[in-house]
Amino acid sequence: MAAQFLNRTLSGDRPRSLILTIVLLAILIGLAFAPFLFPGVRSLETAARICIFIVLVASYDLLLGYSGIVSFAHTMFFGLGAYGVALASTHMGRGYDALLVGTLAGAAAAAVLALMIGLFSLRVRAIFFAMITLAVASAVAVLVSQLSGLTGGEDGLNYQIPRELTPAFKLGELFGVNISGKILNYYLVFFASLLLFLLLLRVVNSPFGRVLQAIRENDFRAEAIGYRVVFYRTLATCLSAAVAALAGSLFAIWLRYVGPDTTLSFEIMLDILLMVVIGGMGTMYGAVIGATLFVLAQNYLQNLMGMASGATEGLPLIPQLLDPDRWLLWLGVLFILSVYFFPTGIVGRLRSGD
Amino acid sequence: MSDPILELSGVHTDIAQYHILQGVDLVVPRGGVTMLLGRNGVGKTTTLRTIIGHWQAKSGSLRFNGTHITAMPTPARARLGIGFVPEDMGIFSDLTVEENMVLAAASGPLEQARLEWIFSAFPPLRTFWKSEAGNLSGGQKQMLSIARVMAEERQLYLIDEPTKGLAPAIVSTMAGALRDLKTRGASILLVEQNFAVAKALGDTAAVMDDGRIVWAGTMAELAGDAALQERLMGLSMEAH
Repeated sequence: MAAQFLNRTLSGDRPRSLILTIVLLAILIGLAFAPFLFPGVRSLETAARICIFIVLVASYDLLLGYSGIVSFAHTMFFGLGAYGVALASTHMGRGYDALLVGTLAGAAAAAVLALMIGLFSLRVRAIFFAMITLAVASAVAVLVSQLSGLTGGEDGLNYQIPRELTPAFKLGELFGVNISGKILNYYLVFFASLLLFLLLLRVVNSPFGRVLQAIRENDFRAEAIGYRVVFYRTLATCLSAAVAALAGSLFAIWLRYVGPDTTLSFEIMLDILLMVVIGGMGTMYGAVIGATLFVLAQNYLQNLMGMASGATEGLPLIPQLLDPDRWLLWLGVLFILSVYFFPTGIVGRLRSGD
Repeated sequence: MSDPILELSGVHTDIAQYHILQGVDLVVPRGGVTMLLGRNGVGKTTTLRTIIGHWQAKSGSLRFNGTHITAMPTPARARLGIGFVPEDMGIFSDLTVEENMVLAAASGPLEQARLEWIFSAFPPLRTFWKSEAGNLSGGQKQMLSIARVMAEERQLYLIDEPTKGLAPAIVSTMAGALRDLKTRGASILLVEQNFAVAKALGDTAAVMDDGRIVWAGTMAELAGDAALQERLMGLSMEAH
């Protein structure tokens, strides 16, 4: 009974590796009980970011891993969702209606924009689609920075969200932890992310997902069976964009701030690409592993290096190499090593059982 | 010949700067196997790919069941009932055998009776039903590629060299499956280099040279005339 429920929840796509199952369970439990297991503002911030990036990376994997479409506009869709909430909350005032309207408007705008880009460019070769998404994403980022009257420009927008989701709202104490609105906000992010991830898992394991995989492998063969490749690719692009926008909305609700650097920057796009590759393309669970590892490294690698640098103080050269300021260098080394040792990503490697 | 299923008239096809088909005129009768023969590089594969729409004909016309399909995109031709088995097998190696078969039945769910018929023709597919297609042997992959086109009723089957590079035992399995398909009344346009298979299966034949059909008639007529074979294809079937 329980196995049947689990199988249905995971859409029949089980982790298919004992180690992977244990790691995924550890991440799920860690995130589900993060406010109690790792109390503190920074750790809660990290946990929320992991949840949101899991959804964002999984939605990108739907494009890159399952459909073979390379897009550089994913942060643009993420930003549309975030700005949707920010603008609605700024203009409609604090309230759940503003969050709902902003979220829906952001997702709809992302889907429509994706449809337009898709219809114009998915007929042509993949490299042109990638270039067009890069151009459109750059144009939107510049536009958001320039339209400061509407978007707050480079400074971004600060806005208010319902009080029940802010630290000012106090509910009492549970297991020694003060339950505030921030923790409620965290659980909103956690459950929405879980739901969106399971939805994406359902999509890639549906007949639609199988057609996408077939198209990724050989679009002509899929056409020869009778599948309209442009239709499926465009639908995947719209769906992926809408989910990225929903992740952006969650990010905006969590941060209560949006700006070009936090939602639209090309750096985030590169991070998403790295997370997909490290985790394993076309696996969905790769998004969970990739996002968790990457966000943890972004937040704690500096601390870890600081400790290691202190511990090796007496040795020559090593403390300098482990200086916390060089954390990006080590992140790069970690990335190269992971690609070298796990060419199919961590999930691909664990599933192959090598 | 009455009511052919497919007619090509004056079809020219270019691939990049190369002019491959140079006025193909071909009639495929309804029911039975039409062999498309000729030496390597004369345009047989390009002809099949032009019919399915992978390559668009530069000029000329293609009529399928009386409908002009010359400008039609590939998925629309497939939905009209043209099934295609490419030379490179065309399976989706990341998907399981089951998923390949389910995908191939694009117009609806896979019928159990049809599936049993396919399993009887290709028993290994039942054994490896849940396995990734990429892990199958070469012969099993070819079985899957033929099985996929059999997954639902088609009006016309375009099959490109189904026995290429296969062991004799598997060639005989392939020939058996195609014969079975033929006895069910299917119309098949088959490119085949194995003359024993061609002779055994073919009802009519068309021979290509330099991007044109240079001879058309019955398979029996061609198979029985060594001089004709020598003249058309530079070799005799009896030698094979």
